[in-house]
Amino acid sequence: MIAANLPALQVVIPLIGAPLCMLLGRGRIAWALSAAATWAGFAVAIALLVAVIEHGPISYTMGGWAPPWGIEYRVDYLSAFVLLIVSGIAAVVMPYAYHSVNSEIPESRQRLFYTAYLLTFAGLLGMAITGDAFNAFVFMEISSLSSYVLISLGRSRRALYAAFQYLVLGTIGATFFVIGVGLLYMVTGTLNMADMAERLAAQADSRVTLAAFGFLVVGLSLKLALFPLHLWLPNAYTYAPSMISALLAATGTKVMVYLLLRFMFTIYGGGLHLGVAPVYHVLMVLGLLAAVTGSLVAIFQDNIKRMLAYSSIAQLGYMALGISFASGTGITAATVHLFNHALMKGALFMVMGSVMLRCGGTTIAHLRGLGRRMPLTMAAFVIAGLSMIGVPGTVGFVSKWYLVQAALGSGFWPGVPVAVVVLAASLLAVIYIWRVVEAAYFADPDGGAGAIEEATWPMVAATWILAGGCVVFGLTTDLTVGVASRVATLLLTGAP
Amino acid sequence: MAANFVYVFAIVIAMIGFYVVIDRGNLLKKLIGLNIFQTAVFLIYISMGKISGGTAPILYDGDAPFSNPLPHVLILTAIVVGVATLALGLGLVVRIKEAYGTIEEDEIQAQEAAEEDGP
Amino acid sequence: MKEHLILRVISKELIPFVMLFALYVQMHGDYGPGGGFQAGVVFAAAFVLYGLVFGLKTLRKVAPVAVVGALVALGLLIYAGTGVAGLLLGGTYLEYGPLAHDPVHGHHYGIMVIELGVGITVAAVMITIFQSFAGRGEPEQD
Repeated sequence: MIAANLPALQVVIPLIGAPLCMLLGRGRIAWALSAAATWAGFAVAIALLVAVIEHGPISYTMGGWAPPWGIEYRVDYLSAFVLLIVSGIAAVVMPYAYHSVNSEIPESRQRLFYTAYLLTFAGLLGMAITGDAFNAFVFMEISSLSSYVLISLGRSRRALYAAFQYLVLGTIGATFFVIGVGLLYMVTGTLNMADMAERLAAQADSRVTLAAFGFLVVGLSLKLALFPLHLWLPNAYTYAPSMISALLAATGTKVMVYLLLRFMFTIYGGGLHLGVAPVYHVLMVLGLLAAVTGSLVAIFQDNIKRMLAYSSIAQLGYMALGISFASGTGITAATVHLFNHALMKGALFMVMGSVMLRCGGTTIAHLRGLGRRMPLTMAAFVIAGLSMIGVPGTVGFVSKWYLVQAALGSGFWPGVPVAVVVLAASLLAVIYIWRVVEAAYFADPDGGAGAIEEATWPMVAATWILAGGCVVFGLTTDLTVGVASRVATLLLTGAP
Repeated sequence: MAANFVYVFAIVIAMIGFYVVIDRGNLLKKLIGLNIFQTAVFLIYISMGKISGGTAPILYDGDAPFSNPLPHVLILTAIVVGVATLALGLGLVVRIKEAYGTIEEDEIQAQEAAEEDGP
Repeated sequence: MKEHLILRVISKELIPFVMLFALYVQMHGDYGPGGGFQAGVVFAAAFVLYGLVFGLKTLRKVAPVAVVGALVALGLLIYAGTGVAGLLLGGTYLEYGPLAHDPVHGHHYGIMVIELGVGITVAAVMITIFQSFAGRGEPEQD
């Protein structure tokens, strides 16, 4: 019975956890409940991925209403992979959260904090698992609304304004998305993604389908912070509570990339027969611009959390670039990078959370001499930072390898210049990571602040799980690249 | 054109709302613009379900043509989402007013620029 | 608003009927126009009217913040719990058929309970929103 209902449980467990947490969550119970729900969700995600690898795609009918009339939950390689990323990162963040949240969120608000966290988690999972276009919108809003709340709970008053900006831009993005879904419903008369794909394949190109494509791509690009629609992201990630920065940076925008892949390839089938080819060129240019400007701006940031946020924009640019090739290698690169970026950005933001806990701030001045005082934490930063640069032996190298291959596979023009720009942007990453390493290891600590010690052990352990993951998955790529290349075949040919 | 009048109308409303969001510096007015923008989308959905001469989708004895009820249900959900967004946005505006003493965007940004980059 | 005698008397007369109408909309939701969303808002409107006329303090006595907050969660739990009940009884999540021996009855019960959960949550959320916005700013007289 449990096995048959896994797709529903994936979303229902955190969704039931949220009201329970609100009713019962006094003191530590809130954390314990959220951790239990998160780990259960992780277990379900692993079981789903195994089931998909063994038996192929799973279809689940909500309420017993057969698709295309009812809401269908559909788990294929891509959604199982994204579910694994989201729940895996959340499962690692939970032990980390305990001390971090205790130090940053007043106890009276922790109950609602964890409730909102569980809702965000449920929304992110729901977006990845649903096979219904409008249901995806509903889950998008569940996760977005609760993440606005979470961001506004940051310590400084700037968190409020950052959350407000995110709310306005996020709502515009979601509304564009829902206009796109509405236009698609107008032409196809269905909301089920698989059904939509079938009916769109039979459509000649019409202005409505093109307009829908435009609205969907713009709306999702706004949500995934594609340059130049990224303005909400730096402040939101900088002023959010540390645990939320780590979680959202690692998973929030990834799920939007997932939806973009889903709509562009599963539903529109690449869309080339509908005349959307220019969109790919735009994505390529924007991806390159994002990679360069994101990295450039990151170099000049004083606050390291903000630096990491700009670096995220650059990394999202790489993903858009991978998608823009619309080739097997390109999509493999984008999908692998979903996983790899989640690992390294999660680790980097968790390091910053530990620094926040011990030093009370995350500017470059706070980091001076920390290499000796928090050796384990800063070592994790170095490893994840090397991965961000793309040093061989780390996950960052794997993504860049496939990305450059995809670029070269698209011919001399634009392949070679694109590859050159990608490598140049990686060199920029060397500079911004080096600034932190220099401050941490080669600068003398400021005055007598001798009380700074290593963060608590669950925080260090959680950070190291992700940092270790950066190396492990950089050396053994069977799982990640294996699944990602099957995702690419799935998206490009429709064969599972 | 005449058949698509409703859509044109809805898009005009949407752009009015969108313009308010972009142009106004007052956070409250931004939220109002956002709400107008969302409401215009509701109109698009509702009008797409309408069939000329169609009645309400309630079972009658006869076989009258009826409007498609699905968009209405979708929009019921979207309205709830809109209300939630508005309530959360207003809540944030109240807290911003308490923290900054103003709800004008340029004044908030001036205050943020004046203080050095906080934690 | 102590001096507005007419307002106070009329709203006292009106509030029971508003609530009754909310219950009517709620109960008719399964086979007529209506349902939990609408009923919840109408029901909350009665509380909002009460709060406007008799003051926030009195409203907090009638609908304490903690209780209303718990009701928000409770409604959601009823909804999700019904879904899980369908799942435990051998159907899929939110399938109402298995809830009774006769699937038609199952659907009837299922939608009733679901709408009840929706109604409770919506009403509680609306009251919470009113209370938290009205509670900001100057402390009220009375």
